[in-house]
Amino acid sequence: MGSISLSHVKKSFGEVQIIPDISLDIKEGEFVVFVGPSGCGKSTLLRLIAGLEDTTSGTILLDGVDMTKAPPARRGLAMVFQSYALYPHMTVRDNIAFPLKMAKAPKEVIDQKVEYAARTLNLSSYLDRRPRALSGGQRQRVAIGRAIVREPKAFLFDEPLSNLDAALRVNMRLEITELHQQLKTTMIYVTHDQVEAMTMADRIVVLNAGRVEQFGTPLDLYKKPANRFVAGFIGSPRMNFVDGPEAARYNASAIGVRPEHFSLATTPMPGAWKGKVGVAEQLGSDTFLHVHVDGLGLMTIRTDGDQTFGHGDDVYLTPDPARIYRFDAAGLAL
Amino acid sequence: MATAQTRTLSRIMMAPAVIVLLIWMIVPLVMTLWFSFQNYSLINPMMTGFAGWANYVYVIGDPSFIQSLVNTLILVGGVLLITIIGGTLLALLLDQPIWGQGILRIIVISPFFVMPPVAALIWKNGFMHPGYGMLAHLWKFFGLQPIDWFNQYPMFSVIVIVAWQWLPFATLILLTALQSLSEEQREAAEMDGANAINRFYHIILPHMARAITIVILIQTIFLLGIFAEIRVTTGGGPGYASTNIAFLVFRTGILSNDIGAGSAGGVVAVVIANIVAIFLMRAVGKNLDA
Repeated sequence: MGSISLSHVKKSFGEVQIIPDISLDIKEGEFVVFVGPSGCGKSTLLRLIAGLEDTTSGTILLDGVDMTKAPPARRGLAMVFQSYALYPHMTVRDNIAFPLKMAKAPKEVIDQKVEYAARTLNLSSYLDRRPRALSGGQRQRVAIGRAIVREPKAFLFDEPLSNLDAALRVNMRLEITELHQQLKTTMIYVTHDQVEAMTMADRIVVLNAGRVEQFGTPLDLYKKPANRFVAGFIGSPRMNFVDGPEAARYNASAIGVRPEHFSLATTPMPGAWKGKVGVAEQLGSDTFLHVHVDGLGLMTIRTDGDQTFGHGDDVYLTPDPARIYRFDAAGLAL
Repeated sequence: MATAQTRTLSRIMMAPAVIVLLIWMIVPLVMTLWFSFQNYSLINPMMTGFAGWANYVYVIGDPSFIQSLVNTLILVGGVLLITIIGGTLLALLLDQPIWGQGILRIIVISPFFVMPPVAALIWKNGFMHPGYGMLAHLWKFFGLQPIDWFNQYPMFSVIVIVAWQWLPFATLILLTALQSLSEEQREAAEMDGANAINRFYHIILPHMARAITIVILIQTIFLLGIFAEIRVTTGGGPGYASTNIAFLVFRTGILSNDIGAGSAGGVVAVVIANIVAIFLMRAVGKNLDA
């Protein structure tokens, strides 16, 4: 169980409209990521599903049942907050057991479920500690444990990794993905980090200003972005856009080329864009060149790590013709 | 304060203030101790000299001492009970988003700005006067015999007045604590299926434990020495019914002109305050460990 379906959901705070109109169908067992720039309404959307905010209009169905007006506790969803929201005065064990205690589960059941969650999340040796004696990653796991024991219809994650350092974030990303494969429960995950979105999601919802820009699998979004916003948002480093006469040559008002879809030469080539290297960022495996192209502006080019271009070098860029994205004046993909 | 030089310098700079404060504290304390062992009565100026423990025996042996001690504890306990419970409830109410919140908070806090004798006078004449007090009018409205509060229920009346004054303080501290509770924690509890009462007991109350401890400690210090309210309203009476230790010291030392016995009472009051403080720190101090 765990299908979530929104139809014509609207949300405004007073005069300010956060979500104009969103309809979404999330299938049972899916891992869906809401991604978008800050202030795009992704957290609000999650909170609407959780029941922590009232919907202004529209309906929210959980497993086909209308839950639009139901209080959070009755929806059978579990949420992991950005700040983890652990109860500081309770031990890890009591934190994880709290939802079960509230549901008045018998003590043996509570103990058994807490043990199981602790084992799943590698928390067994910390059960009697207080949250403040735990590291960021462990706190995160306790928050997840508290969600697991309720056996919810779906998990909701609100930017759960943004307080962790980079290495730990990669770890937790894997752990959450693994947890999903193990539990096969529907998960909705909100993030502003498109790398998290790409690596974890079955399907991604790209949000911008409260609107769904595109809803699809990660590779769909990468290969067939519906519009210029999605094209620019998905992919790292971001896509290079060119408009004006150069775009008109391709019958478009703007064209986009991803940094990895260029071929690079040091001698003039027919049809190539001439530019000067500004900064070369060497990552070891890759090198990102920031090239000032005459008349087109700054472009980011991804090359392999063995390139030795440096500041001031002249380069000639040829975009891969099969991988040029074309957009019309309204920004829609052609 | 890293180097030896800055440390020395800072000590020299602080010294005058520290010395003045020390003298300010030590001199009266030593004088009180000195007087408490002297025969020093303004009524009988001829009797002087070392009194031994006579003053202490006189003060502690007097039945009014035990009554004053009990009254002190009732006063402290009663006011604490009212202010903690009332303050928590008021804080919960004031934490709700309502129109005119800012103004309302100032109004709620205003009793704290009223000086104790003034507050006592307001209550004495405005509310509790058996002839023209508001409560007397209220009683008459319902056809009841007005209550002579300060004669019939002296301790209760004093407790009400003092609690009225300290309720804003408790409310303010508890409200601040309440507002520092993270919204996400409340929401997490809500998602976890805790209803309002469970949220209060399991999330909000533990979060406020520390603030409640601070309110108890600070109020106890001040409540042990309540004087003005008693002086203005009941005068410690009827009999010794509303006399606390502080007022007993005043009665012995000033009203009875027995400085020696008054000083002995003062020293005893200091000892009692310290005993109470030790018990309190034992009982609630663990909440202060972070």
